Amino acid sequence: MDLLQKNHFELLELPTQFEVDSNLLDQHYRQLQNEVHPDRFVTAAANERMHSMQVATQANEAYQTLKNTTARARYLLQLQGVETLEESNTAMPADFLMLQMEWRETIEDAISNKDVEALDCLLTEIKQNAKQLAIHLKQYFDEKAYALASEIVRKLSFIDKISIDIHRAIETLEN
Amino acid sequence: MALLQIAEPGMSAAPHQHKLAIGIDLGTTNSLVATVQSGMSTVLQDEYGHALLPSVVQYLPDGDVIVGHAAQSAQSADPKNTISSVKRFMGRGFNDIPDTTHIPYKFRDTGSGMVQIETCAGIKSPVEISAEILKSLKTRAEKALGGELTGAVITVPAYFDDAQRQATKDAARLAGLHVLRLLNEPTAAAVAYGLDNGSEGVYVIYDLGGGTFDVSILRLSKGIFEVLATNGDSALGGDDFDHRIFCWILAEAKLPPLNQEDTRLLLTKAREVKEWLSENHEADITSVLSTGKLINLKLNAQKLVELTENLVTKTLNPTRKALRDAGLDVTEIKGVVMVGGATRMPQIRQAVAKFFQQEPLTNLDPDKVVALGAAIQANVLAGNRSEDDLLLLDVIPLSLGLETMGGLVERVIPRNATLPVARAQDFTTFKDGQTAMSIHVLQGERELVSDCRSLAKFELRGIPPMAAGAARIRVTFQVDADGLLSVTAREQSSGVVADIVVKPSYGLTEDEITNMLKSSFGAAEQDKKARALREAIVDAERLIEAISAALAQDSDLLNTEEINAINAQMQQLKNLTVGNNSDEIHKAVEALNHATESFAAKRMDASVKQAFAGQDLNKLEL
Repeated sequence: MDLLQKNHFELLELPTQFEVDSNLLDQHYRQLQNEVHPDRFVTAAANERMHSMQVATQANEAYQTLKNTTARARYLLQLQGVETLEESNTAMPADFLMLQMEWRETIEDAISNKDVEALDCLLTEIKQNAKQLAIHLKQYFDEKAYALASEIVRKLSFIDKISIDIHRAIETLEN
Repeated sequence: MALLQIAEPGMSAAPHQHKLAIGIDLGTTNSLVATVQSGMSTVLQDEYGHALLPSVVQYLPDGDVIVGHAAQSAQSADPKNTISSVKRFMGRGFNDIPDTTHIPYKFRDTGSGMVQIETCAGIKSPVEISAEILKSLKTRAEKALGGELTGAVITVPAYFDDAQRQATKDAARLAGLHVLRLLNEPTAAAVAYGLDNGSEGVYVIYDLGGGTFDVSILRLSKGIFEVLATNGDSALGGDDFDHRIFCWILAEAKLPPLNQEDTRLLLTKAREVKEWLSENHEADITSVLSTGKLINLKLNAQKLVELTENLVTKTLNPTRKALRDAGLDVTEIKGVVMVGGATRMPQIRQAVAKFFQQEPLTNLDPDKVVALGAAIQANVLAGNRSEDDLLLLDVIPLSLGLETMGGLVERVIPRNATLPVARAQDFTTFKDGQTAMSIHVLQGERELVSDCRSLAKFELRGIPPMAAGAARIRVTFQVDADGLLSVTAREQSSGVVADIVVKPSYGLTEDEITNMLKSSFGAAEQDKKARALREAIVDAERLIEAISAALAQDSDLLNTEEINAINAQMQQLKNLTVGNNSDEIHKAVEALNHATESFAAKRMDASVKQAFAGQDLNKLEL
């Protein structure tokens, strides 16, 4: 099959499932790029160069998607025909909303106190939270409970956004 | 052991002929060229034994151009027409130059475009000036290697944006060099350090050159160099240290504003003092200005450290950011490689050692390491491949975004994404029957359009007229392995491919480049035609060679009919190359390319399949 027709898991020679062996993912990604990267086709015909750029681009996209828990889950749901609707479906359980508000407050306090350490601390806490959610994800995928998995992806997506904001805040404070 | 291949004089040892490929470090202060000879990367010297070519270009009234040491010596006498550190102006506008009063050149503000310099030989763009440096290195390499070059790898600071990269590539084109790849300087240094098969782990490359600072973090694993993050400051370098010393001299000697010759004189003095103090405790500064005033000062190393302390600190901020982007802690770094002449300064080495809690690696000449690495990569890319190949996976240094409502930037491709990378974005029309729209592409990390660098405005034309909001225009942003952006657009419902007119913000248009090429090769119409024909033939020969090699290797992927069809088209193209119709050759090249598309895909599938199959075999052996 044409490499460009394969899904991200197939392209990286991994089973299409939520659990991914990260060592194998790294290894396969490097093996694939070793064959398809544009550096291997510098003196090749124009169409080979073009094809190589497309496949190498796809390989990067696949690797980034599978490496990141949220992106991998979202992609796997899409393959099942389930859209996670992160833009439109913002309804969240009350306890998660509370948690979010607490985090936002901590960020604002840390910024006004110029406290980078507090931000680092919050990052660790948030990471822990994301890890817990990922454990549920595995279970829901096993049970084919895609609606529940979607809700977790939406939560993780919030967490990713907050993490980016924290990184930005740290960068601003360090400048 | 490999057997040496000996060819009769005048006969090539094809098809395993060693291709002549070079690596060029096009530096702010100095430039170098290197190549791989008998398996060793070596810097090529000029006829006087100089490895470094000062990146200085002098224009004479008769149109002659002097490059290198001779030009450097003329700097004080002819400051207006002798251009140094031109790299700082590549892909930059007039308003980007921080302090034009301290620079003796007559800048020409071109409004929104790249700045130009008025010389006695006419108006010159930084691209043309850089091309002179490249031409000089190309000539040096051709003399040393005695043959036509297959191509060159040219290094650029990792933190160069799209406009600066494009300008570098344009300069190479003007110099008649075939660019195999633009390679990031820190990555090149990593390759030269031989951090290949033997070393595994995460390394930091700290590269402080004459005018730019770069820091890259790489993970090395089995010959694959994966850049995890890069950061830097494209306007910070050794020149700034010179400038601090220069300002100190002005203040200490209570000098009035100086003329251009004296400014040049004292800047040169400042550079010498800086270099002297890397090895000594104290420097005497004695100079006689054109006014007859005598300067006699002493500067000690401790004072120099004080004067330049915040410049050193300025390099640690990007370093911290790169670590954060890579998600790493200093304790996870296995080694730190120092690159660039400015890293000879002890205060820099100490600051880096303190930051990373380990002594940095300095065993290769920091001036040569980038060119040496570029040559190794050029050798690999040209096809002189060995079994233990290296592969470089580099990243885009700055995020790419689009202008949205209210002067805000929406990020499309994040910084540190591994190249090549592409993102598609859907747009729709705003008015009924709208057939065109404009997309403004920016590069940078800030939220406001005014705080990012404008790369280009793309105008999409030929959108089929529809009701407002009905058209779905998918715009794809592709950044290639050189870090250069291209944009394609397609209307989704009709499949119409929109025309794209690119207006580069700081780059040169295709017309400008053609004009420069014309003027540099003499304007005669015949020359132009001969050149176009020569280019077309080279193109055709390259393609025939590539396809012949592919067929020799993988003809079993095709049936006899397919092989015959390709061979017939190849023969047709061969016949055309002995003629003189460049248009016909172009058409035949395109047709042959088209005819071998599915062959290209099959070949790649087969090689990937084999790679993974080989891996399973290895597993069995374990």
